[in-house]
Amino acid sequence: MAAVRTSSEIGFNRVAIVAVLLVTIIFLAPIYWIASTAFKPRNLATTIPPTVVFQPEISPFVKLFTKRSQLRNPASPEEYAAAPWWERVVFDGGEKIVRDGKGQVQWSGYPSRFMNSLIVAITSTVLAVGMGTFTAYGFSRFRVKGEADLLFFILSTRMLPPVVVAIPMFLMYRAVGLNDSHLGLIILYTAFNLSFSVWLMKGFMDEIPKEYEEAALVDGYTRMEAFFKIVLPEAATGIAATAVFCFITAWNEYAFALIMTSRRAQTAPPFIPSQIGSGLPDWTVIAAGTFLFLLPVAIFTFLLRNHLLRGMSFGAIRK
Amino acid sequence: MAHIQLKNISKKFGNHTALTGLDLDIADGEFFVLLGETGAGKTTTLRMIAGLEKPSEGQVFIDGVDVADWGAAERDVALVLQQYSLYPRYTVRQNLEFPLKPKIRRLPDAEIKDRVDRAARTLRIEHLLDRKTDRLSGGEMQRVSIGRAIVRKPRVFLMDEPLSALDAKLREALRTELKNLQMQLGATFLFVTHDQIEAMSMGDKVGVLNHGRIVQTGTPYEIYNNPRDTYVASFVGSPPMNLIDGKLVNGRAVMAPLNFELPFAGGAKTSGGAKTGAATDGRPLVFGIRPEDVYLETGAPVEARVHDVENHGVEKILTLRVGDAMLRATVPARTDVQIEQPVRFAWNPDKVVLFDKGSGISLRHAG
Repeated sequence: MAAVRTSSEIGFNRVAIVAVLLVTIIFLAPIYWIASTAFKPRNLATTIPPTVVFQPEISPFVKLFTKRSQLRNPASPEEYAAAPWWERVVFDGGEKIVRDGKGQVQWSGYPSRFMNSLIVAITSTVLAVGMGTFTAYGFSRFRVKGEADLLFFILSTRMLPPVVVAIPMFLMYRAVGLNDSHLGLIILYTAFNLSFSVWLMKGFMDEIPKEYEEAALVDGYTRMEAFFKIVLPEAATGIAATAVFCFITAWNEYAFALIMTSRRAQTAPPFIPSQIGSGLPDWTVIAAGTFLFLLPVAIFTFLLRNHLLRGMSFGAIRK
Repeated sequence: MAHIQLKNISKKFGNHTALTGLDLDIADGEFFVLLGETGAGKTTTLRMIAGLEKPSEGQVFIDGVDVADWGAAERDVALVLQQYSLYPRYTVRQNLEFPLKPKIRRLPDAEIKDRVDRAARTLRIEHLLDRKTDRLSGGEMQRVSIGRAIVRKPRVFLMDEPLSALDAKLREALRTELKNLQMQLGATFLFVTHDQIEAMSMGDKVGVLNHGRIVQTGTPYEIYNNPRDTYVASFVGSPPMNLIDGKLVNGRAVMAPLNFELPFAGGAKTSGGAKTGAATDGRPLVFGIRPEDVYLETGAPVEARVHDVENHGVEKILTLRVGDAMLRATVPARTDVQIEQPVRFAWNPDKVVLFDKGSGISLRHAG
């Protein structure tokens, strides 16, 4: 490659950099907003104009994880001195942490909701990607009768907004006792992601030369062994990309979670806004909950970033 | 080692017929080349022997046993493909070990190591054993592919255009190596190619496939000198056989639309050597003559102009123009001719092959 660049190329590069920066700022601004609010003192959360420079606080997170009640009188100096640091920040906000008879700190609903989110999202992702991979392999490698129709049928499940079927689903779920259960949500999200997973994985499977497996078959391996030894490692990129998309969908799902769950199996998305409550909402706590909620997806995506980048450009680089 | 037999094989893919009534007999230890153009059905034939494809009709026999119900794994054949036969995530050694490790015929570790080392030595890829396959050159990759086949001592080697993706020099070198390897192993090879030079130089026997049918099977010598029809005549040989329309009149070959004549006292010969004589007189024929059997001579019967000269070092290939027809002639390199120069040429009448104009079949085979 020649190192010489024309001035118009440099000019174009500058414009491109500015455009990328602008888009990045637009995308990251809400995330910055949530992240900064999560560390703000309560009285600075809703100031106009927004407070940009402040002393970060951990109190929103303490409040997020605990049950609290209003203090009628400010905490006495003795109480204050006896309390651990994380309780003092609650006192500062005019509240105290609720304890049971044995003095055990009472947790808020957030940790269990967060756990529910993890269980439901991970399980449904594993199921959707697993089944999708097998299905896609079948469609890709074997002559399936009515393949085009079947694939269209699978895709058609995504053709109307899922909320349309929410009421009938709710009634059916209630009839079979699946509402407010992990299993119910897992089935729902798996079904919802499966069509996407099949289509995406079919694209990836089609890209893997079938000669690899055929060589293995001729070498004395069964179809199953060839699949696990040869196809699966080759499909890793596709599986990672599909898993990220399925995980994000399941993790962020709000409408069904709101309708189908109430306590036991409620996930974080419907729980967080429910904390706005009836009185003055504590936006810092809600921001803290949202901020933590963003982390798993960020971590998951970060871990798979190499696969993802390859996955995104997979179809683009053809032989 | 094995004897392969295909009986009346047909294969349809939906509405498309890939093979029709194919019969093939490959003797034990034979280097059999299946020659044909792209889409002639060569690969399909190979895949059916390997067990990757089931025939729509007909039977495949390996050592006399009908293998219809045998899967690819049980047939114990080795397959070498043009590309993609190496596993990209494995090293060369892992690739070579892979065929020795399936559950149905897993070998002891010492034996695996021994066989891999021996194959690597045979193919001179010992220095590559620990390399990942994506860091190999095309020739090295193909050596490893062949290695994957020979570590196993399979009953038959199936090779699907293994040399086609390589550059010319390497192709030539591997051609010789492969042929030597086959003789050294004494193994049965079925080699598929569209390159007639590969077929002629490597095969003990060549089967020419055209549109899903075997047109002719024979030694390279038979295929070259006695093509069964005009298709084989024009497909085999570089440059191919000259084919000129005409008829026989009183011991002379009269090229009908082109208005030139050549002496042809012999008359057409049947395969038995008897002359068909006057029976062919006046009948529309196609005269086939190899370029090397066309001579330039002063005083020869036909005049032509030199249309083109290709210098191939040891020889020159001339394209001669007679009227509207083009004729190729291979002449010694020292022959000094210029483009557009008028020359006179003759042919070797003993070497002329006569084809029926209608069917394209050689009279020697038809008779």
